[in-house]
Amino acid sequence: MGWFIDFLTSSIGKKLVMSLTGLFLISFLAIHLLGNIQLLFNDGGESFNVYAHFMTSNPLIKFVSIGLYAGILLHAIQGIFIAIQNKKAKGRKYEVSTLKNGNWASKNMALLGILIFAFLCIHMGDFWWKMKFTDSVEMITYDGYDYAVKDLYSKVYYSFSQMWIVIVYLIGLLALAMHLYHGFQSAFTTLGLVHKKYTPIIKAMGIAYSILIPIGFAIIPLYVVVKNLSNY
Amino acid sequence: MELKLKIWRQKNQKDSGHFESYKVEAEEHMSFLEMLDVLNQQLIEQKKEPVAFDHDCREGICGSCSLVINGRPHGPQAGTTTCQLHMRAYKSGDTITIEPFRASSFPVIKDLVVDRSSFDNIIQSGGYISVNTGQAPDGNAIPIEKDLSSEAFDSATCIGCGACVAACPNGSAMLFTSAKINHLQKMPQGKVEHKNRVKNMIKQMDKEGFGQCSNVGACEVECPKEISTKNIANLNRFYLGTVFGGE
Ligand code: HEM
Ligand code: SF4
Ligand code: FES
Repeated sequence: MGWFIDFLTSSIGKKLVMSLTGLFLISFLAIHLLGNIQLLFNDGGESFNVYAHFMTSNPLIKFVSIGLYAGILLHAIQGIFIAIQNKKAKGRKYEVSTLKNGNWASKNMALLGILIFAFLCIHMGDFWWKMKFTDSVEMITYDGYDYAVKDLYSKVYYSFSQMWIVIVYLIGLLALAMHLYHGFQSAFTTLGLVHKKYTPIIKAMGIAYSILIPIGFAIIPLYVVVKNLSNY
Repeated sequence: MELKLKIWRQKNQKDSGHFESYKVEAEEHMSFLEMLDVLNQQLIEQKKEPVAFDHDCREGICGSCSLVINGRPHGPQAGTTTCQLHMRAYKSGDTITIEPFRASSFPVIKDLVVDRSSFDNIIQSGGYISVNTGQAPDGNAIPIEKDLSSEAFDSATCIGCGACVAACPNGSAMLFTSAKINHLQKMPQGKVEHKNRVKNMIKQMDKEGFGQCSNVGACEVECPKEISTKNIANLNRFYLGTVFGGE
């Protein structure tokens, strides 16, 4: 066991935790977006609400989601610790500094991470908390189902009718895009996965992912905004 | 050419230090260090303390010279050390800010001189091959594939100057440490002690208080020997292999 503790507290071990939790979050985000696309369906929320009900009641998914919460916390806490340690290791800053060495995101991962975390608190507080622990989300029964489900669909549409929430989402997603623009390929480098043939592919995938996934998420609140505007 | 210099002055490790401005008359064929020699001669004649800076070979091979010049370790040129930088890179009237390498593991001893013993400690923890050197072996007695020897040589060109640490926003020594480990790992003589070398050098690197690598890539840009960050990625893999691999 001693060897494992030694590993986890080594510089590379700490980075491995960041990388693995980061990649786990990356795969979660893709699935999360795929499910949320159902918010764009014009079916009174049937497919989305039934899906949301399944996601919150299936024991296997409940188990995975505990791993997800733990993963986010581990990633965030470890990330902050690493950033503090790195700042200490650098010590005094230069009087003159050059901006050309390395992209901005790579040097501000912790700042971007804190923005993402702040966003997550607002996001989870508005949907997850209200759905799980309050009665503010109405129940609804669709034809052909013998059980009622929570109408999270309407709740989402209600939230996105408030402009400040839409703006918070757009800022959060921009931070996410920048975090992943560096993070995606960095996670592979941390794992030691570099290869003449495959690294360019990984880098291209990282750029595509970091742009397309946040845009995908942004479409949902923007769709609601446009829909509301066209109703007037 | 006339230059304005803004130089970091610090009496000793405990002194808090400050910038001081100087004027110096230089020729464009002078090297950067020769320009500082001229300044020091001036200071000595004025009975002032000369500026302390590190140097030895003055031909880009020893790794002693350091300096962060206008925010860039070893100055604005790619792939050269401070001693290989010439004043023709500047125009008359330019202001040049000169600072020491900054990293907590490289404490300033005096003015522009930093203590890089932490690098020596990393090398002593495993950056060597323990063979008894008897007589020199015949050339080509051990066959090594050309590509491999070229790669090993690319890593071996690291002169241990520490510009990578100076450039890194995290003060990480991963480029240096990985260059040394990659160099020896590729050679049959070095392979023997590879696993212990990886373990011990990383352990020492962490003990010296260097930061973690965030894959920023600033080190590679500033390295006078253009050591590639691929060395770092390889080291990550070596380390995971050493920790999780079979005995
Ligand atoms: C859902 C959101 C997130 C995803 C998908 C994500 C993903 C990643 C990835 C892939 C890396 C690269 C790991 C490496 O360099 O090996 C990374 C690094 C990092 N993340 Fe996140 N992250 C997320 C949220 C956060 C949050 C909430 C924080 C902090 C509050 C955070 C802080 C950091 C920091 C500081 C690093 C840099 C670590 C380093 O390079 O040394 N991340 N993230
Ligand atoms: S890797 Fe480059 S910058 Fe770092 S010590 Fe070696 S030669 Fe200097
Ligand atoms: S003085 Fe030797 S490398 Fe510059």
